[in-house]
Amino acid sequence: MAMPEALSNTESLPTSVDLAEEYKASGVAEILDELDRELVGLKPVKQRIRETAALLLVERARRAMGLSHEPPSLHMSFTGNPGTGKTTVALRMADLLHRLGYIRKGHLVSVTRDDLVGQYIGHTAPKTKEILKKAMGGVLFIDEAYYLYRPDNERDYGQEAIEILLQVMENNRDDLVVILAGYADRMERFFESNPGFRSRIAHHIDFPDYDDQELLSIAERMLSRQGYHFDSKAAAVMSEYIVRRRRQPHFANARSIRNALDRARLRQANRLFEESVGPVDAEQLSTITARDISASRVFRMVEPNHPEISS
Amino acid sequence: MRITQGCFSFLPDLTDEQITAQVEYCLGKGWAIGVEYTDDPHPRNTYWEMWGNPMFDLKDAKGVIMELEDCRKAHPQHYIRLNAFDSSRGLETVTMSFIVNRPDAEPSLQMTRTESRGRSQHYAWETQR
Repeated sequence: MAMPEALSNTESLPTSVDLAEEYKASGVAEILDELDRELVGLKPVKQRIRETAALLLVERARRAMGLSHEPPSLHMSFTGNPGTGKTTVALRMADLLHRLGYIRKGHLVSVTRDDLVGQYIGHTAPKTKEILKKAMGGVLFIDEAYYLYRPDNERDYGQEAIEILLQVMENNRDDLVVILAGYADRMERFFESNPGFRSRIAHHIDFPDYDDQELLSIAERMLSRQGYHFDSKAAAVMSEYIVRRRRQPHFANARSIRNALDRARLRQANRLFEESVGPVDAEQLSTITARDISASRVFRMVEPNHPEISS
Repeated sequence: MRITQGCFSFLPDLTDEQITAQVEYCLGKGWAIGVEYTDDPHPRNTYWEMWGNPMFDLKDAKGVIMELEDCRKAHPQHYIRLNAFDSSRGLETVTMSFIVNRPDAEPSLQMTRTESRGRSQHYAWETQR
């Protein structure tokens, strides 16, 4: 008696899935290409994203064919130093998950402790829930997640936010994906004191620092996006700047580069304003020269002999 | 007596799936959604109790459904409605409203007549359980 039923069941389901075709149709290829093209470096991160995408694609094919499948846990943690592209990658990840059909809307809600934790008793739960409601159907990106947990104050309201988060991460796995981000070592300590988080997070992605060459090409991309470019000497000065800046405290990879370029543009504007006699042309207006960069305080600073003491 | 007010009230009760679809429609229009409840469905009872603040900036209906579920848990024998607010005219205007929960035994509306000066009649509706 069970036979015809089983037959009709298999008839309605496809017996084979063309993965390459699925890959093309889902639009995942475009995102991965974009990732390769637009993000400098980050080799291991791109590799992990590729692997994750493959896993999700196979899971989807299994589901389509009616093979037993457990909905994969998609919560992630991104660890790395500041300015290594965690937020940018999270945005792409949201897009990727949306195209693969694992989240319904594909938007990213980026929050920190202040958005989740309240000021007084009874304030935290509604605040956290409000953020969670906004994040439904998308990705909730919690930057510097370890600040949620303050071990020195046991009455800290962060604990309440953590409990609500854990509950939603477990019960609403189909509705939203949570990405925790922050420094690797502090994240590690955070997971140690909150084992509930560790067991609910399947994907840990580590973001390496950029090397000097990568930072220089990031600088050039940033400039060209704003319609500027280095002149022949400026690029050399910039790479010298990167080497020196790295030794200074509070170095934040691409973010430091962006700030340096903003200041260089300021100096360039000042220079043009003070020195130009007569009309300036478009070329002058969009060229950053060596002088604009070498005026930075980084070049005037004495090299610290003992960086561990000075920092 | 089945109370009819707001959209869809002459139709059979909406299923959760249908409610979700309606909420998706509202969010697609950029409307904010509020959950309200009452035990008195009198037509003059315009302002129902608010279940939390209206929800702005939602992208997905799930957020509304979560609140609705909480409200149903707390008030299973009340009327619950969803209001959609349109802000395109510069103020939040209720632009769509529909009932999503009813008590098992609905009260009825009874008309009462009162005679007053000069034998004129005053009419009023009263909710009766």
